[in-house]
Formats: sequence, structure tokens, C-alpha cells
Amino acid sequence: MISRFANPARFMRLSATALPWCGWLTLAIVTLGLYLALVTAPPDYQQGESVRIMYIHVPAAWMALSVYLFIAVASGVALVWRHPLAEIAAGAAAPIGAAFTFVCLATGSLWGRPMWGAWWVWDARLTSVLVLFFLYLGYIALVNAFDEPSRGARAGSVLALVGVVNLPIIKFSVDWWNTLHQPASVMRLGGPRIDPSMLVPLLVMAVGFLLLFVTLLQLGMRAALNERKALALRLNSAPAPGRVASRERPVPAQSPIH
Amino acid sequence: MIGDIVRYLAMGGYAAFVWPAYGVALAVLGGLAWHCWRRYRASAVALEKLQREFGTRR
Repeated sequence: MISRFANPARFMRLSATALPWCGWLTLAIVTLGLYLALVTAPPDYQQGESVRIMYIHVPAAWMALSVYLFIAVASGVALVWRHPLAEIAAGAAAPIGAAFTFVCLATGSLWGRPMWGAWWVWDARLTSVLVLFFLYLGYIALVNAFDEPSRGARAGSVLALVGVVNLPIIKFSVDWWNTLHQPASVMRLGGPRIDPSMLVPLLVMAVGFLLLFVTLLQLGMRAALNERKALALRLNSAPAPGRVASRERPVPAQSPIH
Repeated sequence: MIGDIVRYLAMGGYAAFVWPAYGVALAVLGGLAWHCWRRYRASAVALEKLQREFGTRR
């Protein structure tokens, strides 16, 4: 079933219909989320209005982890079944994941300064997320370091699978070590420990960020498929090397031996 | 009215942290969306041009 839907031509057809819907839905949900986060959500009894940073920091962090997991799964599929669409999906997702991770780090820093008194601390949660950001950058650099796209994608897939070990470290860092960062208050056993007046804007922003990922992923995959198709077209229509050589190279002089 | 707006923008004294946080998110994610759209359009135009040049559709 996966291979039925993961056919590049079928993906192009399906995404041509889905892309405008995803784009407009993303805009609508993010606008609603921003309204809820900046206008209707109450200030925190301890953190005051600075808690509004949470509505972008936390969804960005969720997306940073989820997108990496998506890349790892797509990389696994690409390595095992050699599916071209899987490696294209992984490659297109990486810059989006890196952007979410950067937003998570930057907004966390801006939230940490007034709450902890420091822009940055080398504690387990912050450091492991920074490592995730470098993993994204390393993956992007490695995928683009080869002339042949599929070789780069294969090397990147191995890195993505090795780097997945960082995900549980990030998730459980707040439980395993003493950190400044607070433990989980939404995704925890026993249900969320956060008031609905704050939980609803948070979840709406999370859905908005997820839709943004889906939209940008489709755009990136369509662009990569177009580029690969254009490259194949150029290579197929180029004159055969023998003919180029005979036309462009000068006739070699007679060998002095004979 | 203006006082309400100024009070809202002050974010209870945290304006220097809240607005830059939203600004960074908008700049990074908006910039990425713009870049993705531009790349997609450029790739579609280039492919269409090649297909017209070589007379191959799809």
C-alpha cells in the first residue's frame, strides 16, 4: 500500500490537489493560534506575560523531534526498500526540521533570560537539542556533498539513523538528570498538567506547525522531483560522449613511436 | 484606548523577550516558506522550459 501511494507520479498528482488546501489551512490555523496565544490566553500566575513564548517554543520543540523521527523512518525505508520518494522526503524534511529546531533554541533562550536569568545554560535538555540542530546541519551538508543525488541521500540516511539515538535523550533528559528545564507537562503519563485555557492555544499552534511542515514538505518534494526530472532530461538529451569527442576534440597527432 | 494598546504591547514588562521570540519564529519559518515556494516555482518553470525544448510532455 505504501508503494502504491509512494509512486512519484501519483505523489505529484495527489499533492497538486492537496497543496493549496494545506497552504490555506496552515495560514488559517496559525492565524487562529496566534490570536489565541497573544490575545485570549491568560498570563501565568508566576511567569506573567512571558509565558506567551511557550506557544511557539513548545510546538517548535515537538516539531523538531517529530521531523527528525520522520527523517529517520524515511531514511530506513530508503535504505531497505530503495524507494526514491522516501529519500526525497527525508531530504526535503531536513531544512524544515532545522528551522523548527532553531526557532525552539532561539525562543527558549529568549524565555530563559527573564525566567532563569541566563540566555543559555549547558544543561542536558538544552545541550541535547543543540546536538539535534547540529545533526540536522550535518545531514543537510552530507546529502548535498555528492554530485550524484542518490549517493548523498544514502550517506545521509545512515547519519539520520545513527542520530536517532539523540531523540530519547532529549525527551527523557529532564527526568534522567537534574536540569533547569521543567519536566513534561503535556505529553506525560496521567494526562496534561496544564489548564485548558493554555492547553487549547498550545495545541492549535502545534496543529498549525504540523500543517506548515506538511505544506513545506510537499513543496520541497515537488521541487526535488522537478529538479531530478530536469536533470534526467538534460542527461538523456545530451549527445553521446563518443560523438562529442569526435566533433570537439582535435584529431590527435600521429604517435612518434610508429 | 491607546493606553490599552501600549499596556498590551508592553507584555507586563516582558516585551523585550516576547516580541523578539515571535519575530524570530515569523522570520525563520516565513523565510523558509518563501524560499520553498521560490525553489518550487523555479524548478517547475525550468522543467517546463526543458520539456518544451525537447518536445516531451510528462
